[in-house]
Amino acid sequence: MKALLALEDGTIFEGQSLGAPGRTYGEVVFNTGMTGYQEILTDPSYAGQIVSLTYPLIGNYGINADDFESRRVQVEGFVVREAADIPSNWRSERSLHAFLKDRRIVGIQGIDTRALTRALRVKGVMMGAISTEETPEQLVARIRSAPAYGGTDLNRQVTAERAYHWPPYTKQLGDIAAAEQRALELPALDQVPRVALLDCGVKYNIVRSLSALGCEVTVYPCTASADEILSRNPDGIMLSPGPGDPATLGYVVDTVKRLIGKKPIMGVCLGNQILGYAFGSKTYKLKFGHRGSNHPVKDLNTGKVYITSQNHGYAVDPDGLKDGMEVAHLNLNDGTVEGLKHKELPIFSIQYHPEASPGPTDSSYMFETFVRTLTAN
Amino acid sequence: MPRDASIKKVLVIGSGPIIIGQAAEFDYAGTQACRALREEGISVVLINSNPATIMTDTEIADRVYIEPLNVEFAERVIARERPDGILPTLGGQTGLNLATQLAEAGIVDKYGARLLGTPLKSIRKAEDRHEFRELMREIGEPVPESWIVEEESQLDEPLKSGIWPLIVRPAYTLGGTGGGIAYNEAELREITRRGLSLSMHHQVMIERYLAGWKEVEYEVMRDANDTAITVCNMENFDPMGVHTGDSIVIAPSQTLSDKEYQMLRTASLKIIRALGIEGGCNVQLSLSPHSFDYYVIEVNPRVSRSSALASKATGYPIARVAAKIAVGLHLEEIDNAVTRKTLACFEPALDYCVVKIPRWPFDKFNVADRRISTQMKATGEVMAIDRAFEPALHKAIRSLEVGIYGLQSKASSKMSDVEIEEAIRIPNDERLWAITEALRRGVMVEEIHSLSAIDPWFLRKLKGMVELETEIKSQSSAILAASEAEETPPADVVSLLTRAKRAGFPDRSLSDLTGAVELQIRKLRKRLGIVPVYKIVDTCAAEFEAETPYFYSCYDSENEQ
Repeated sequence: MKALLALEDGTIFEGQSLGAPGRTYGEVVFNTGMTGYQEILTDPSYAGQIVSLTYPLIGNYGINADDFESRRVQVEGFVVREAADIPSNWRSERSLHAFLKDRRIVGIQGIDTRALTRALRVKGVMMGAISTEETPEQLVARIRSAPAYGGTDLNRQVTAERAYHWPPYTKQLGDIAAAEQRALELPALDQVPRVALLDCGVKYNIVRSLSALGCEVTVYPCTASADEILSRNPDGIMLSPGPGDPATLGYVVDTVKRLIGKKPIMGVCLGNQILGYAFGSKTYKLKFGHRGSNHPVKDLNTGKVYITSQNHGYAVDPDGLKDGMEVAHLNLNDGTVEGLKHKELPIFSIQYHPEASPGPTDSSYMFETFVRTLTAN
Repeated sequence: MPRDASIKKVLVIGSGPIIIGQAAEFDYAGTQACRALREEGISVVLINSNPATIMTDTEIADRVYIEPLNVEFAERVIARERPDGILPTLGGQTGLNLATQLAEAGIVDKYGARLLGTPLKSIRKAEDRHEFRELMREIGEPVPESWIVEEESQLDEPLKSGIWPLIVRPAYTLGGTGGGIAYNEAELREITRRGLSLSMHHQVMIERYLAGWKEVEYEVMRDANDTAITVCNMENFDPMGVHTGDSIVIAPSQTLSDKEYQMLRTASLKIIRALGIEGGCNVQLSLSPHSFDYYVIEVNPRVSRSSALASKATGYPIARVAAKIAVGLHLEEIDNAVTRKTLACFEPALDYCVVKIPRWPFDKFNVADRRISTQMKATGEVMAIDRAFEPALHKAIRSLEVGIYGLQSKASSKMSDVEIEEAIRIPNDERLWAITEALRRGVMVEEIHSLSAIDPWFLRKLKGMVELETEIKSQSSAILAASEAEETPPADVVSLLTRAKRAGFPDRSLSDLTGAVELQIRKLRKRLGIVPVYKIVDTCAAEFEAETPYFYSCYDSENEQ
């Protein structure tokens, strides 16, 4: 079946349908990672976006039961050069196409994804739409009459419905689903470090990583109040990644402001931006974002350089930072802020993804640093 | 760290004559290194005995010595030139051996020079089987279990391990005769007895047998600041058992999930750090096709044939960067020569598929045994780039210059079914075409997989290509008519031609399959606008603008030339 991808500026790509037929709409972004499409599809930070992968052969190793980063597919649409018909991998349970179709995700394949990447690089990310039903004119008209990215509160869409516990050493997807179901039935554990996680669109591997280090994690919806978060007396607070424009998340920033000084805090991705706002700074939109598994970041304290997994469209403006917060990590490609650290309080954050999934695991030590802070306090 | 200012003059040791098992990779690496050093304002002295090299051009080095690569002559050059440093890791084994001898004879110290790049003790650790296994044990990286056995009573340990199957290799017998694979105790005892009697040294090595496991390589780099990166990973089409130099190789890996990719990447970086390498390194790993189990097979602690391939496959100049690291620079201080905006400290993102096929010298030696296994027989290789596996494979086949330009070879089309089966089961230079011939004769992918252990992903790609071949044949009259007519052919013919070109079928194959004249086919598709475009190899999948004019052709939409 024929499918079209149109961009806000009127550019049209013609390809074949992938996944479900129909129509979809979102901000069109590209990711340069060569592996990890299942993790990308299910990463809540991609809510509201149509994701194009620059690597041309996608779906080779299929879809498996374990590599989910949330309960559902989060992307609005998916763009690939070539999707594998029959995958090959010992964990594969189904093909990419069958999976997307089943989850009613509209995608397109067979287009020149490199041309799309070049267009987004030159003009910046744009709104776009995929359709198996409309003419190019209808498609472009629909894009131009729809709201821009960041106009809706995506975080409320992707956050946990209610608070739940995630016990230590919980890894398997079955365990996670069960944990979400059990909600808060379990009593708080005394002997292990306890982390309260404010979920603005968390990836399972953040919780898995903390759990693997022996922590009990309590996940709270992004609308939870500071009192609620502190109610079970956690040893530390984790601010999750998530989709959307951080400038619109005043209510989360207010919550976080009330948590400062009470407990150690670590922020990841959106969590870094939220902390930036909480300490007087603002964010600005990057031309085409950082999405991939190969971004070099320098830790200014140690002088060490790490290859990181990234997925963000906004960066913290370092100029406004105050009250003891300072820049601690820099991106070596474009010099943007990749991490913050408080001079005195046990508060730090990073713009990249220590949980990897997908991408390199080089910075998993950040979780260890956080857990050490919890046990030290 | 900015570059070490005390280094003003460097001696680069070349690799001498090219031998079987080598292409011109060391000349390539050496030339790149000489240029990189001169960019840093360092005066380069070169010694090499091979006149047919670019590095011996006087534009590449400041001073060139065409001399034998031995201690005697090298000492004279050192005495005369008084270099501050000697760079031995770019001349392959020859350069490395000579540098070791010079260091051990005290000549390096005597003239106040020092060896640059990876320290010799790191190289020894990587190359000495025993030391390497010890190190892997220390850092918790798995190596295949193995035992040296000199009498049957020593079989207790391998038997206790519970590992099956085991491969028994008699020491020092020609071509490994007398060895074999044991699936149980009785077989192990019998093969060991036979092996011991055949071995001159009355010794056999018993090792976990990894047949059918995937063979994956990582090209990694590290600097003195302990920053370590992956330049490229590659997956062998031929599973374990075929030397990687004799394997068809695909970059990046195709059948590894992110979890598997990262697991092996992490292991490779852990190894380069444990070895203390300052420069480039190749890590070969074996991955189970049925679990997350893997083993570290081997490490090459210097630039190699694989790093030349990885450099060209990604656009990342490994030898250039290794040379800069050797004079003290950190990865973050070296620019990415392709984008000029970013740094050498990143990991290339490919937005295409690379296929390498070895070139064997069998056509020159009629009597040669055409089987390939653990000892490399290839004398060269070709590489092709395209947006998908099929056209990259097609282009690589045509580059071989062995009189084959597609999926059909005369040799395999003449083989009997039994011969085909044999040619698929036992690796040899004809195996690729034996597989396509088997598919043409209706053999199932599953059967070819069980004969060859080649991953079904690759086999299904080949099957898809053979099916397209059949489809073209079935449409031959329509294509023939279209090639002779002036008007636009029906849409399904246009679509078929487009798909055929996107899968890399040359016009010559289309002509053979349809009976149309090759030139007429070309005219037809030009008329229809089915023509290739050129895309740039830019190390970053178009994320940044590239300045280097390094192109590949493909039947895609946008032309970047």
